[in-house]
Amino acid sequence: LTQPRWLNWAIPVISLVGALVVGAIVLLATGKNPLDVYWRILDRGFLSQRAITGTLRTATPLAFTGLCAAAAFRLGVINIGGEGQLYVGAVGAALVGLWVGGSAPVGITIIVMVLAGMLFGAMYASIVGVLRSQFNTNEIITSLMMNYIAGIILNYLIFNSRSYWRDPRSMGFPSGKPLEKRAFWPTYEIFGTSVSFGFLLAIAAAVVLWVLYKRSRLGFEIGIIADSPRAARYVGIRTKWTIVAVTAMSGALAGIGGASQVGDFAHYLDAKGLQLNNFGYTGIVVAALARLNPLGAILVAVLLGGLTNAGYSLQGPDFPSGLVGTLQGLILFTAVAGEILTKYRVRSNSSAAKAVAA
Amino acid sequence: MNSNLFIVIAAQAIFYGTPLFFAALGGVFTERSGVLNLGVEGMMLVGGVTGAWASIHVGGSPWFTLLVAMLMAMAASFANIWKVAEDPVTRQVRKLDVLGLGDTPVLGPLLFNHTILTYMSWVMCAVASWYLFRTKIGLQLRAVGESPQTADAMGINVVKYRYIHTMLGGALAGLGGAFYSLAIVPTWVDGMTKGAGWIAIALVIFGFWRPGLTLLGAYLFGALQSLGTVLKSRSFDIPGDVLDALPFVMTIVVLVLVSTRFAHKRIGAPAALGVPYEREER
Repeated sequence: LTQPRWLNWAIPVISLVGALVVGAIVLLATGKNPLDVYWRILDRGFLSQRAITGTLRTATPLAFTGLCAAAAFRLGVINIGGEGQLYVGAVGAALVGLWVGGSAPVGITIIVMVLAGMLFGAMYASIVGVLRSQFNTNEIITSLMMNYIAGIILNYLIFNSRSYWRDPRSMGFPSGKPLEKRAFWPTYEIFGTSVSFGFLLAIAAAVVLWVLYKRSRLGFEIGIIADSPRAARYVGIRTKWTIVAVTAMSGALAGIGGASQVGDFAHYLDAKGLQLNNFGYTGIVVAALARLNPLGAILVAVLLGGLTNAGYSLQGPDFPSGLVGTLQGLILFTAVAGEILTKYRVRSNSSAAKAVAA
Repeated sequence: MNSNLFIVIAAQAIFYGTPLFFAALGGVFTERSGVLNLGVEGMMLVGGVTGAWASIHVGGSPWFTLLVAMLMAMAASFANIWKVAEDPVTRQVRKLDVLGLGDTPVLGPLLFNHTILTYMSWVMCAVASWYLFRTKIGLQLRAVGESPQTADAMGINVVKYRYIHTMLGGALAGLGGAFYSLAIVPTWVDGMTKGAGWIAIALVIFGFWRPGLTLLGAYLFGALQSLGTVLKSRSFDIPGDVLDALPFVMTIVVLVLVSTRFAHKRIGAPAALGVPYEREER
């Protein structure tokens, strides 16, 4: 069942327009001028160098969690656990950052932080992968439960214990131990906007993932498993191994996102900040809107990052925070609806495609 | 008062297990019709916020409250019919001492000192079992879940059955959510169900799609949830976070146990669970 190429672009765009239209109705119903609100969103999300800097900052974790979701969804493994895998990645990166950050050379520190984030995220996700492949357990529920558990782990490390991650000087309100300045990840000035190292890493990861899916044997096998697990088994693809490997890879991507939160922005294990933003769940929106295309995920992450940031600046006594969430929800909803509509049309128009599908 | 630790935990388990049971019973109906609804958490939240809102702002006529709540979630409505049982000051659903037996040792806290919603849940459990396994409609419902094609050929309106029972499931999930905002914490806290909807989905599987077993499972998880508060109040030296994580860990364990292939064949999930039915594809 192949679809015309232009749909890859048309569907997100149409979904976005559809969401804006429905959003306008919601805004009108709450007594706002939609055009005015949309202009302010555009202005504060994308139209100045400061706005773009902030947008890229928010987009960085979303890009990673978006890639995390896209990587697993392509195989048909619905990994909702990006949220928890991001937390655990942050725990890992903060661990080595605090450990070697003061002594090791800068470059080495950053590399081991990224690797630790990947390793922790991958290990955490592989629990879900193993349960799915060995015991046929529903990965949606297990990965979701793992998110709650990861949140509890974060709270334990910072608030409820005297762990290595907690700053012993913070007596009143517990917080994470700050990294040494040398362990901070660099930012680069590109055309006047500052771009974090993590964002560049996200782009690199997206390219690698794209090549992996389009040009590698593993990518080919993943496509077969997603289409028909039974056929994949008959041609001798190691289905179980692939499920575990891809889930781990997916977790590793979210883990780098967590590492970037520590290295790029917070510079300590920020138990509260990590849990505040729902990066992992928004990543699922990113992947869905990008139609599981890794490069598209970066674009969508920037878009949603700008929307989120503009939303924060819009918030106030006359503009409740829920409206921004509503708008994001609408975008996802229209995206999914658009997807269904295209599939339906393809089926009803050509009987040949129908025969193939059946 | 009974201070025996075991009895306290058991009584708390029934209290905390009640909303889980409502949501899971809704899941039983929904999934028996072959629809897999993963939105239970959201429905519980809608029910919770509606229940809190209605009891604060609407007050007055229970019938108007009912209408509003039904439009919002179809759900908190149930809780508001029982306004009779509501404490006028805190607007919290009060525990009722049925027959004045609440102080009886052992049986008192277990059986006679609950909110009216808990008693409702027991009645509903019995009614649901009867409905599913002893009535014609229940039989037809199970047929829809097992093989929609066959059911359709028998002249059962598959789509209608699925719609009605998915809505019924949503209403029950909303009722469970309303339990949080009316009985457990008498106000609305953002995201207050904290994953209970997901635990409920696992409970449906754990209860083998049967109301009675689901009730037992709900109390097991209710016990796990209450363990933290109960043990903390008695200064047991167990980190609270470990106890908080227990329900989630247990959910995973339970899922693993029941999704092994051996168990899968014997308990028989509805065969057409999660499979959309389109007549033209036959």
